[in-house]
Amino acid sequence: MEHNKVIQVTHLTKTFGDFTAVNAISFEVEKGEIFGFLGANGAGKTTAMKMLIGISTPTSGKARVAGFDVFTHAEDIKRNIGYMSQKFALYDDLTVKENITFFGGIYGLSRKQIREKSALLIDELGLEKVAHSLVGALPLGWKQKLSFSVSLIHDPKIVFLDEPTGGVDPIARRQFWEMIYKAANRGTTVFVTTHYMDEAEYCDRVSIMVNGRIEALDTPKKLKEQFKAANMNDVFLKLARG
Amino acid sequence: MKRFRGFIQKEFYHIFRDKRSLFILFGMPIAQILLFGFAITNEINNVDIAILDHSKDATTEEIINKIGASKYFSIQQIIEKEADIETIFKKGKVKAVLTFEKDFSKNLIKEHKATVQIIADATDPNTANTISNFVNAILQKYQNELNKEVTIAYQIVPETRMVYNPELKSVYMFVPGVMTIILMLVSAMMTSISITREKELGTMEILLVSPIKPFQVILGKVFPYIFLSIINAIVIVLLSLFIFDMQVQGSLFLLGLESVLFIVSSLALGILISTISASQQTAMMISLMGLMLPVILLSGFIFPISSMPLPLQIISNIIPAKWFIIILKGIMLKGVGIQFIWKETLILFGMTVFFIGLSIKKYKIRLE
Repeated sequence: MEHNKVIQVTHLTKTFGDFTAVNAISFEVEKGEIFGFLGANGAGKTTAMKMLIGISTPTSGKARVAGFDVFTHAEDIKRNIGYMSQKFALYDDLTVKENITFFGGIYGLSRKQIREKSALLIDELGLEKVAHSLVGALPLGWKQKLSFSVSLIHDPKIVFLDEPTGGVDPIARRQFWEMIYKAANRGTTVFVTTHYMDEAEYCDRVSIMVNGRIEALDTPKKLKEQFKAANMNDVFLKLARG
Repeated sequence: MKRFRGFIQKEFYHIFRDKRSLFILFGMPIAQILLFGFAITNEINNVDIAILDHSKDATTEEIINKIGASKYFSIQQIIEKEADIETIFKKGKVKAVLTFEKDFSKNLIKEHKATVQIIADATDPNTANTISNFVNAILQKYQNELNKEVTIAYQIVPETRMVYNPELKSVYMFVPGVMTIILMLVSAMMTSISITREKELGTMEILLVSPIKPFQVILGKVFPYIFLSIINAIVIVLLSLFIFDMQVQGSLFLLGLESVLFIVSSLALGILISTISASQQTAMMISLMGLMLPVILLSGFIFPISSMPLPLQIISNIIPAKWFIIILKGIMLKGVGIQFIWKETLILFGMTVFFIGLSIKKYKIRLE
């Protein structure tokens, strides 16, 4: 079932001068999977992710995302993925509706599609009352959900989430993960980086990066068995301390 | 194209919802033109002067009357002794004192020579200079009247005619300069700030991950400012016409084209600045220090380039604004056509191409 592998990475490497940020990592992600990409700060998560979303060219190795080669078809990849950064980047001085319209527009949706999408989205998120308020006035948790929905506006095959739950309260985090599950159930692959170890438990599979290498990759359950740990936090600590 | 239109619409939302940028965009040009036109002026009107007349005869009285009658001076005080001069200056109201020597009239007739001393308060050198010139002119005129009856052989009378700005209105000098500054400011500073803002907010990253091309992002960001800069140029020309009665002598079409060229070069500079600055503050500081100061000091806007030391004269050549001001003065004041300013236009064009090239290169490097 080769076509079910939406991300295929072999020996992907990125060096900056003498420093090897990402050191020959290899992994595969299947369609509809929630793939957790873990690692301490500076372990190379963000660099690896930037190569996969087509804004950084790898030094060597191979990678296919959504069926396209990252070296030669970065533009095709961009059309087929969604991306949400840790800043929940939306335009604060635009209203909820204007933000949706704008991002729908740059992904090439027609006006009719945008209208349908934004109605659906606003309804799903319960944002009817604030649809015409500026995004800057919304609480962080709402911005986060809106930002996630906007990253899914063009029904991408894969959505990349870069530490999507930073700075929000536990309830908002919980609700956010429910949204992730919904997206995965609809067949969207979710590639998520996080440093909350309890969130790692929600993933189908997790990889843990240490110093540019993937040191462990499996389901949370198997990882816990392998490292004889009670929870993912312990697994992570054992790995990070070597 | 549809993507692009949505992008531009978004940019206009940004601009019109930010009171600060709106103020810079539309308040600044109006404020600057009015300030430079009215407040900062080299003309003098009703300057207070004092007279110290040691002679008190018919001739000095006639001269004093002539000076008092002119619209440039008003005689504030007649003082009696030398010692008063200093006290009167220290009070600050009187800007100049005219001292007539003893036996003025007698000397004039007997020796064909009499002296008037003009003592001007040079804490403001420009005004002092102007006052002295104006008094000289009045005395010269009086002298000519006297000499009408007497024929002196071989007299050289210099007759100065100020062309292109016969009334020496300072607004004529400031309008091209202000227009240059405003276009530069709006184009370079506002663009660099608006691009770095996207970087700061993290939305630039989102845009780069989306299918929209980087050059579309940049074009989308600069397009509204081209449009607004052109409106600003029109506002400035209209203001100077209706408030200061300054007509554009040359072709408006040519003026428009040259302005667009300068706007594009400033936009390229703005993009360049945005590639080297990480925050809006940095972008603003670089724009202000790196662009505004050289434009004000070295472009010939206020200080004539020909009287600068040689190194500064050489440096002034690399400032696009210098060339644009020459072009503007040519078109607006002298009414010249392209045949007289093609060289400056070509230089400006070359600089524009260079800046665009450099900013594209820088932008690509940054993406890596």
